Amino acid sequence: MSLRPKTLTMNSRISQAFSKGRQSGRPLFVSYLCAGDPTFDVSLAACRALINAGADLLELGAPFSDPLADGLTNQLAAQRALENGMTQTRVLELVRAIREFSEVPIVLYTYYNLVFAPGEANYARQAKEAGVDGFLVLDLPPEEAASWKKVCADEELGTVFIIAPTTPPDRIAKISETATGFLYYVSRTGVTGERADLSADLSDSVAQIRSITDLPLVVGFGVSQAEHVATIGQVADGVVVGSALVNCLAANPNEPEKAVAALRAKADELIAGIA
Amino acid sequence: MSVVRSFLIAIRALGDFAEKMALTTPQQTATPIDRYSLPDAAGHFGQYGGMYVPETLMTPLFELTKAYEKAQADPKFREELAFMLKQYAGRPTELYFAERLTEHCGGAKIYLKREDGLHTGAHKINNCIGQAILAKRMGKKRIIAETGAGQHGVATAAVCAKFGFECVVYMGAVDMERQALNVFRMRLMGAEVRGVEAGQRTLKDAVNEAMRDWVTNCRDTHYILGSALGSHPYPMMVRDFHKVIGEEAKRQILEAEGRLPDEMIACVGGGSNCIGLFFEFLEDVDVRLVGVEAGGHGIEQGQHAARFEGGKVGVLQGSKTFILQNSDGQIELTHSVSAGLDYAAIGPEHAFYHDRKRIEYAYATDDDVMKAFQVLSRIEGIIPALESTHALAYALKRAPQMDKDQILVVNLSGRGDKDVQQAMKLLGVE
Repeated sequence: MSLRPKTLTMNSRISQAFSKGRQSGRPLFVSYLCAGDPTFDVSLAACRALINAGADLLELGAPFSDPLADGLTNQLAAQRALENGMTQTRVLELVRAIREFSEVPIVLYTYYNLVFAPGEANYARQAKEAGVDGFLVLDLPPEEAASWKKVCADEELGTVFIIAPTTPPDRIAKISETATGFLYYVSRTGVTGERADLSADLSDSVAQIRSITDLPLVVGFGVSQAEHVATIGQVADGVVVGSALVNCLAANPNEPEKAVAALRAKADELIAGIA
Repeated sequence: MSVVRSFLIAIRALGDFAEKMALTTPQQTATPIDRYSLPDAAGHFGQYGGMYVPETLMTPLFELTKAYEKAQADPKFREELAFMLKQYAGRPTELYFAERLTEHCGGAKIYLKREDGLHTGAHKINNCIGQAILAKRMGKKRIIAETGAGQHGVATAAVCAKFGFECVVYMGAVDMERQALNVFRMRLMGAEVRGVEAGQRTLKDAVNEAMRDWVTNCRDTHYILGSALGSHPYPMMVRDFHKVIGEEAKRQILEAEGRLPDEMIACVGGGSNCIGLFFEFLEDVDVRLVGVEAGGHGIEQGQHAARFEGGKVGVLQGSKTFILQNSDGQIELTHSVSAGLDYAAIGPEHAFYHDRKRIEYAYATDDDVMKAFQVLSRIEGIIPALESTHALAYALKRAPQMDKDQILVVNLSGRGDKDVQQAMKLLGVE
């Protein structure tokens, strides 16, 4: 069974990036950072370093006080950002600042209360104006997403959804019908964070999803080494790296230049996995 | 300051604090709603409730819902539950006429629903027994739970010992300190208590950690959520396991007085003891129902946990409900003298009945609570849990306003043994 692919308008940054990737046979390097970690300025410099390293898509985490789907690394990153005055308005300012020098697709990785509190339509419009291309709302399953889907469709924003190892086939189909832009397969049950090895049945799982949908598929959760990137890159349209990058910032709390340099080095090392 | 002296101060202060307490006037209640029609199949109580969780948990939650519905339809499950509630927990609990307290207040007859008499010391055991039997039927080997005051943790540890489950309880580091006795009780019964250092290190952060554990281990682990909170099916399931409180209370008050009470009062953190008592009475619109939230140091940002005072609608930890939050949607810090009420969200069914005006909500401050704590201890020889004392503090104010032939039922949801160390500190007794 193969459902008709739901893509955004052909000229959207997300669709362009994935079709370019598919044409060239090279998977996308999707990098995650928490917006404003540890400060607005360092975060902007870190995003610039990732883009210069060749990141194909930026996932920016909106810092939330109660990030229950995130592991300790991302939780602490959010805490640092919030303590240093990051707000939802500043998250969009960061996106605007990136847009001054880059057309890289940007997806906000967030929690539903941050979208709901300012009003879904209002927030989607502001995000679109700032240059956001799509959203992944971690605690919003398709069952609760009707109104959010509609406002995102109105603004031509992608709505990315997660598929988990616990997701059965009929549900994969349902999620695929709800998602636009791409799908995100979490390579194992659990919260975000670095892992030493990847789930063994990864390629079987990806093959199963591929048999159900043609949407671009990125794989993440726990990717920390170039060989992980290479392994995932063989089966997916994109590889997501988060905690391994966030840790570079966390490891150098008082030396922003060193932190950004370490981040760049890590990004270079990982991107080599799909070069 | 001696206990006696502080008690006398408490009595004198009763008049003052009565004025300070938030109290709405009795009002016409809305048309009754079929209480069993909620939640809908997707877990919604009107606009509230639902399933706002990471994708990894959706399938385990669907499985849990199915297993729960199957169990409820199985006479064997209901038999085992009834047996355990009687033999292990000690149900039914008494509906006790507090004669001296009634005289002291000089108004309505005050009855106390004695959930404090249950095994492990609070109503929490009702839900833990139900969920443990369910987990056994589902073939789970490991149980996790969050706890605030420790009462739910203790009840979970007890049923895990009884049923032979591996047990991990998450507890905020701040709560571990103020409820050290309960930490030891859990460990004594074989539970592993994991301190949570994240966030403000109280109940909300313990829920986050428990959910993280469940996201990682959902295949062999059942999460016994301790209040009528979180994603569907928890608010429904926890309510169902506690509604025995109200069913007994109705039978008992009819036996004692030949009629229904005029007013019922319960404290509300997540709201499990409250919905447990009120559920059976929701359609009896002449019975006024009042939930009492934690007013902490007073209704100022970060100083309380009264969601209907300072909160607005949002989504936290699986459920859409009233939440204390800032304009960005970040969750506010909370404060209450009672760890069990120190939580930024309220159960979604409460939000629904709040909007319908079927249940009214008030709050009691820490000061009110510490006074009422001493009053009940002194007058009735019953030391109440600080959580339940919120309901009592409200009752002490409310009863004198009522006629002597009127009836007030207060849910004494737990006993205060766990709180004595903290009370000594707060009352300046060394």
